[in-house]
Amino acid sequence: MDDFLQLAGINYRSRLIVGTGKYKDFAETKRAIELSGAEIVTVAVRRVNITDPHKENLLDYLDPKKYTILPNTAGCYNADDAVRTCRLAREAGVGKMVKLEVIGDDRTLFPDIPATLEAAKILVKEGFIVLPYITDDPITAQKLQDIGCAAVMPLAAPIGSGLGIRNPYNIRIILEQSTVPVIVDAGVGTASDAALAMELGCHGVLMNTAIASAKDPLLMAEAMRQGVEAGRKAFLAGRIPKKLYATASSPLDGLVN
Amino acid sequence: MAVCEYGFFISSMNIKINGEEKEITSGLSLAGLLEELQIRPARVVVEHNRSIVSRDLYGTTMLAEGDTLEIVHFVGGG
Repeated sequence: MDDFLQLAGINYRSRLIVGTGKYKDFAETKRAIELSGAEIVTVAVRRVNITDPHKENLLDYLDPKKYTILPNTAGCYNADDAVRTCRLAREAGVGKMVKLEVIGDDRTLFPDIPATLEAAKILVKEGFIVLPYITDDPITAQKLQDIGCAAVMPLAAPIGSGLGIRNPYNIRIILEQSTVPVIVDAGVGTASDAALAMELGCHGVLMNTAIASAKDPLLMAEAMRQGVEAGRKAFLAGRIPKKLYATASSPLDGLVN
Repeated sequence: MAVCEYGFFISSMNIKINGEEKEITSGLSLAGLLEELQIRPARVVVEHNRSIVSRDLYGTTMLAEGDTLEIVHFVGGG
């Protein structure tokens, strides 16, 4: 069955996008990503430690020819910083796709929506393929789609919280109205959360902490791959409606009396 | 200005790299500085006085007293 996540004209077989933060070392990062089956991986842009430049580089472990590198703007609290970070990332030569996140508050890490909209406008105009991290708000999703973002990425719950999808109804409304892929970004805690996102009809799931901070990140990476695959298949297969009373699975005819 | 052990004057200049003041040899190009710092150009992006420098211009970008550099790379993130 051919079933792809289409982003900016590229077909991805995996609907799981994974982050590269919080792993114990680059070797573990690499292995977890391999086991997750992800083809798109997020990275952050940070200053080089000039007093110790000999450290290994993340890209020594993640071949940009094999993976789509998706730089984020994590840590940016205004549109200017986010745009600046995206421009720096683009110069690294890994493409024009960026995960736009403009943080509004460091306790919740919820996005600053006005600043996200402002940055998205500039970035789209500059030719970036913009994937914005947003709250699960259908109006914001619509506005970003209208601006020209290549996808919208509503959170399931606060970043790193592991609470799972807090408002599946909002996600459903976003899905109903969107003409671009909807990717649940942040807040997933375990494989069933990822499966639920896919069962709702989301086009993808993005996560980092749920894998990297699991007791066994490699096993969780595999579980997340399977959760996303199972959820997607269940969505495509079409679940039965929920009913209050039983429906027998075995025929009533031919019972031995 | 600094005096080397043979008594010659080696001129130096101060620039700011990633928020830190640093004394470097005068007349260095960006490529020369990265080499001195042992930073692989292929793995970094450089902003020189708030303008991004494309990699093929590192050799011809000359640094001057008071310049500000941001040298960034990709790290793990979500």
